[in-house]
Amino acid sequence: MSKTLVEKIWDAHIVKSEEGFPDILYIDTHLIHEVTSPQAFDGLRKRGLPVLRPKQTVATADHNVPTLNQLMPIKEELSRYQVDMLTKNCAEFGIELYGLGHPFQGIVHVIGPELGITLPGKTMVCGDSHTSTHGAFGAIAFGIGTSQVEQVFATQCLLLSKPKTMKIEVNGTLEKGVGAKDIILYIIAQISAAGGTGYFIEYAGSAIEALSMEARMTICNMSIEMGARGGLIAPDQTTFEYIKGREFAPAGEEWDKALAYWKTLYSDADAKFDSVLTFDAADIAPMITYGTNPGMGMGIQENIPATNTQPEKEKLSYQKALDYMGFDDDAALIGKPVDYVFIGSCTNSRIEDLREVAAFVKDKRKATNVTVWIVPGSKQVEQQAINEGLDKIFEAAGFQLREPGCSACLGMNEDKIPAGKYCVSTSNRNFEGRQGQNARTLLASPLTAAAAAVTGVITDVREILEKA
Amino acid sequence: MKKFTKLTSAIVPLNIENIDTDQIIPARFLKATTREGFGENLFRDWRYENNNQPKADFVLNDPTYSGKILVAGKNFGCGSSREHAAWAIQDAGFDAVISSFFADIFKGNALNNGLLPIQVSEDFLASIFKAVEGNATSPLEVDLENQTVTIIETGAQESFEINPYKKSCLINGYDDIDFILAQKHLVEEFEKR
Repeated sequence: MSKTLVEKIWDAHIVKSEEGFPDILYIDTHLIHEVTSPQAFDGLRKRGLPVLRPKQTVATADHNVPTLNQLMPIKEELSRYQVDMLTKNCAEFGIELYGLGHPFQGIVHVIGPELGITLPGKTMVCGDSHTSTHGAFGAIAFGIGTSQVEQVFATQCLLLSKPKTMKIEVNGTLEKGVGAKDIILYIIAQISAAGGTGYFIEYAGSAIEALSMEARMTICNMSIEMGARGGLIAPDQTTFEYIKGREFAPAGEEWDKALAYWKTLYSDADAKFDSVLTFDAADIAPMITYGTNPGMGMGIQENIPATNTQPEKEKLSYQKALDYMGFDDDAALIGKPVDYVFIGSCTNSRIEDLREVAAFVKDKRKATNVTVWIVPGSKQVEQQAINEGLDKIFEAAGFQLREPGCSACLGMNEDKIPAGKYCVSTSNRNFEGRQGQNARTLLASPLTAAAAAVTGVITDVREILEKA
Repeated sequence: MKKFTKLTSAIVPLNIENIDTDQIIPARFLKATTREGFGENLFRDWRYENNNQPKADFVLNDPTYSGKILVAGKNFGCGSSREHAAWAIQDAGFDAVISSFFADIFKGNALNNGLLPIQVSEDFLASIFKAVEGNATSPLEVDLENQTVTIIETGAQESFEINPYKKSCLINGYDDIDFILAQKHLVEEFEKR
């Protein structure tokens, strides 16, 4: 019987499937961090249970950590306590921790792939909704709640019903200045912040196949922003080349065996998806969001949709979002002054993102009205940026290269955008207060963010690229 | 896990769509390492001014409305996987949330904690909001066994869906870990394959 890629991986991980019950699904790799794990460890203690497979569990500290002076004790007491708890819990339950000071520390969804932990055909979970990132390798990867973290600790399994499948094809060639972030913001704007709920999405088509692994991660990362639990891309030569030689990737005979299996991981030609959507890459412009959910996005040259074009029962919520952002409906965003630019998060903090920004800002200087933070996704990304001299380019441009963590994506550490300020951000959520109380977030690509940093206003990066 | 069978209560109406988990419990309050105490920060930035004064116009601060059922617009609980959102709602005294659409992870988290997420039609949701416009304390009856929600004043009733396994977990107060551990040998057999 022909199967989709999701079905192939899912079926290969079923411990038990019984009519009337969710499947018992085996989990290959469990990633954990300091925020969503402490209550799960507590649960284990209350039940008197060990972590069943500690060797299949990897921990890092990312959400709470400062991005300056990381080797100093964390100043904020509750953050320090939470990070210390993780250290204690990992020691007690025998889990490898890449904590602060470790050369592998970083955002959980950046370190998994770069260490070769993320592999095709795996089932991977983490108490973090952006776990969908790992789907870029052709893995079933999704975010879970803390009760499920405890469940995976205790059983290395999850009880789940098989998700519906959706295929999103993007074909054709992207215009210069348009990248993976624009593709995914475009798709979310088309199908809304709830359009993928209940589905696992497989991204396909020539525009997706042409992307690098890091760009594919940006796409899969934001699957949850349309409600989809996970998103994945069939592994191909690009995937295999990326994985080969990484720290924990299979090597020698193991590599050959793994590669033979990975090559079977694709949706069969006649496999049935519950839903199929097709987009043309040529229709995609640099994107920017104007509202308070990631579905409220538009091409950067467009005007914010008028309130009276919204469905009647959504008008109130729509107007509330624009009021929060301080925007008028039917207005343009081009030329609007910005206060902060944040380049980072599990969506866009990898070396390619930093290289792209550095290439763009070389011999340019940030506008005086803008504060620019560049937060690399991991210690390895940070080190690579320094090795390549990107730090010097950022410094000359007035951009601050900080140390790795989730940072201003969700402002759990000190990196908060002040109330009322506008931040062009390469992160994944523009929710009210996400980057700080009453902060106003405009989601965009690293290039669009860099263009705003240089001009001080919302800018169509294509216009600068054309002049160059 | 907390058991759930039947509930009759007035509601707290929150007629806003796409309520994300950052609104339910902002990230800066996720630093606690226990499950308790999140209720005081439920909808923190909608509920309080920066100086911690309650905002009078927010429904949780309006004594007209009270009850164990939160009723909200569609796509409730979108965004982050933080289970703290379900804990906060429960800690603030709610036993059920009604919406016309729930985000996936939130729904699972709620069910794993004995907080019942009830998905109703857009029309039925509108009639619940309408009922409290007329009478702020208009009660609803939630019957998990029969999978129905009833607006008691008008008698209007709708059935809701729930996974039969999850339903029995809620009624009996047991959880997924108990279920899988009872079959742990199957996990070990799977690993040998």
